[in-house]
Amino acid sequence: MTATRSTSAATPFIELSRLCRTYVSGEVKVHAVRDVSLTIGRGDFVAVMGSSGSGKSTLMNTLGCLDRPTSGSYRLDGVDVDGLDRSALAHFRNHRLGFVFQGFHLLPRTSALENVELPLLYRVPMIPASTRRSQARSALGRVGLAERLDHHPSQLSGGQQQRVAIARALVTQPDLILADEPTGNLDTRTSIEVMALFQDLNAAGITIVMVTHEPDIAAFCHRTILMRDGRIVSDTRPSARRDARRELAGLPVVDVPTGPSEP
Amino acid sequence: MTPSRFRALSAPVLVLVLFVLGLFPAPSSSARADSWEGLTNRGVVRWANDAEGGAPYIFHPADDASKLVGFEVEFAEALCSRLGLRSEFVQYNWANLIPGLRQGGNFDIVVAALERTPENLAQVGMSRPYFVFGQQLVARAADTGITSLDGLRGRTVGVLGATLSQRLATEAGAEVRVYDENVNYFRDLELGRIDAVLTDSPIAEVNLRDRPLLRRAGRPFAPGFYAVAVPAGDTRLLERIDGAILELYRDGTLERIYRKHGLWSSEQATIGTWTDSGEAANPVTRPAGGFARWNVYLPILLRAAVTTVWVTCASMALAVAWGLVLAVGRVYGPAPARWFSIAYVEVFRGTPLLLQLYFVYFGLAQQLGWKLSAGAAAVLTLGLNYAANEAENYRAGLQAVPRGQTEAALALGMTPWLTFRRILLPQALRISLPSVTNDFIALFKDSSIVSVIGLVELTKEFLIRALDAGDYLGLGVMTAAIYFAMGWAASAAARAIERRLHP
Ligand SMILES: Nc1ncnc2c1ncn2[C@@H]1O[C@H](COP(=O)(O)OP(=O)(O)O)[C@@H](O)[C@H]1O
Ligand SMILES: [Mg+2]
Repeated sequence: MTATRSTSAATPFIELSRLCRTYVSGEVKVHAVRDVSLTIGRGDFVAVMGSSGSGKSTLMNTLGCLDRPTSGSYRLDGVDVDGLDRSALAHFRNHRLGFVFQGFHLLPRTSALENVELPLLYRVPMIPASTRRSQARSALGRVGLAERLDHHPSQLSGGQQQRVAIARALVTQPDLILADEPTGNLDTRTSIEVMALFQDLNAAGITIVMVTHEPDIAAFCHRTILMRDGRIVSDTRPSARRDARRELAGLPVVDVPTGPSEP
Repeated sequence: MTPSRFRALSAPVLVLVLFVLGLFPAPSSSARADSWEGLTNRGVVRWANDAEGGAPYIFHPADDASKLVGFEVEFAEALCSRLGLRSEFVQYNWANLIPGLRQGGNFDIVVAALERTPENLAQVGMSRPYFVFGQQLVARAADTGITSLDGLRGRTVGVLGATLSQRLATEAGAEVRVYDENVNYFRDLELGRIDAVLTDSPIAEVNLRDRPLLRRAGRPFAPGFYAVAVPAGDTRLLERIDGAILELYRDGTLERIYRKHGLWSSEQATIGTWTDSGEAANPVTRPAGGFARWNVYLPILLRAAVTTVWVTCASMALAVAWGLVLAVGRVYGPAPARWFSIAYVEVFRGTPLLLQLYFVYFGLAQQLGWKLSAGAAAVLTLGLNYAANEAENYRAGLQAVPRGQTEAALALGMTPWLTFRRILLPQALRISLPSVTNDFIALFKDSSIVSVIGLVELTKEFLIRALDAGDYLGLGVMTAAIYFAMGWAASAAARAIERRLHP
């Protein structure tokens, strides 16, 4: 995709070493992530599992450069993230990372197209409006929403909203997509549709790290990391992987409703 | 959306209803002519005045706040006892004494420095004079150039509204500032906000005693008469009162009372010699109700509405901007900013607006020498006061934006400042817009409070003109219609903004 890669076969794409994140609120210290070391190769598709409070979101926020570790180091594609200042981090997130959330977090009363354009809107130097528009349109095309450009979030189903959110994450052509429980608000069939999309993107070379509660969903990934009390307690690669496209083909065809969204 | 659409529909309907109501003539009480019988049966005369009138007319002495004294109090009591009846004081807002008397029910007569003018004679019955006064010009001691009214063309003169002083100052070509009580114009004169005060000689007399910065400018002129007012057409009561006043003059009671207050002068001899020159028998034709003369009054009211509009808009602009700063300080700021914002909101919402206005207009000028113009003081006070409300509106708006919106914006690579400006703020403003619109409309009405510092806005103009025209209903309908139009325009503007506020 972009030509500014500093990759060499020797450096892993994500490299966490002895990472700790401790929250201090008053007298109480919460060790959200304790001494985690982890490497993820380019093109991997990783599920992060664990019970609530085990530190999954904290780990994701660190990977996404939204939060700084209390101790330990984090290198992303060879870059020491700790050394970047606030605006460099914002720039880094904007150009290299894509985020998808459980609650979609689209701007209300704003069309799908404008929502997807948003990450391109405040770039310096400015991207011409026509370029922004065509990139947003093609991202929406990739998630199968070419027909819904002018719809507002309230006019889309939950699954469609999540696909808009994925298009928004895609439009900057990121190397890494981070998704925190992306199917948490969706029904089974819609979840499989979203996973089909992720498997397509992964096949196109994008690295994906995804938090999920459901083993069924984790089964679409290459690798599963299990966390407990801020530590990684297991790290496995299942031999058989679910194929979302094939499963969808086997399911009875139903129209995806465009009713009101889930909360 | 439903409430504002309802308002859009109902405003014209309401105006229509008021118009129809306005076509009915105000009920007149002049038919109920003879009250003497009733008074003697009751054995008491209820006389009205406004204790805010101050010394030497009617006031609470400094050493005993429960007592009411003044030359009018003593005169009224002497008058009642001469009539053979007990005296009962009724407190009533000075500007409404004549309408109150015409309406009847609350009091029987008015003894409150009402002038025997054609305008008053057109509305109520008036006795022979009980006091002769002159117009006294007052200036600053240092400002020796001012000696007469003629020299005041283009300069600012403070007067009491709806008085002979107002008419004379206007006719002399002065820039007239209208006040509704007797103390504030002396304060403004001392502070240099106005160049002179034209007022009745007794008022000047008393106020000059403890104001060394001020002086009399020339001798009293244009003699006028204070007379007792009775319901129109009540000739029997009027004759009794005229007789009693003459007796009180002849037996020296009036001289004793007026001397006690330092108000006796040779001019008072007119009380004894005065004869009805026929103004009462041949009164100025009372102007038709204000409603029938809408072509005269509507432009006057509209001009006053311009003052209301600019005071309201300027105050709201200040309130919106400063309220936003307070809200951001409260929601995102460090602890000191949070405390300041909380304290500010509590103080400004917890104290009366009127008090704040006096504090800003007189307090700052007297203690710190910050002499704000009336317009600036009005806008500053209303703006600072409403900022407290707006801060709360914005705070509610900011807190109502889902946290995920911030999370997502930061994750998209927006900086915190950009996130606040482009994601949080527009959504928060949209959420708080209905409350802000309500406040804006409320401010149109609240802005009438600024008349106490001499700004003639719509409500004040209405009060002045309704008194002139003797028609509160007709002019009231016009005034209400103008307020409705302004409020309607404000909510229409808000709806337009709401539609465009994106996202
Ligand atoms: N901002 C924060 N301040 C204090 N404690 C936090 C904060 N965020 C998370 N925690 C705590 O850290 C632990 C891990 O939280 P999180 O990473 O959200 O877990 P998960 O996503 O697995 O549910 C929990 O005990 C949580 O209460
Ligand atoms: Mg979580």
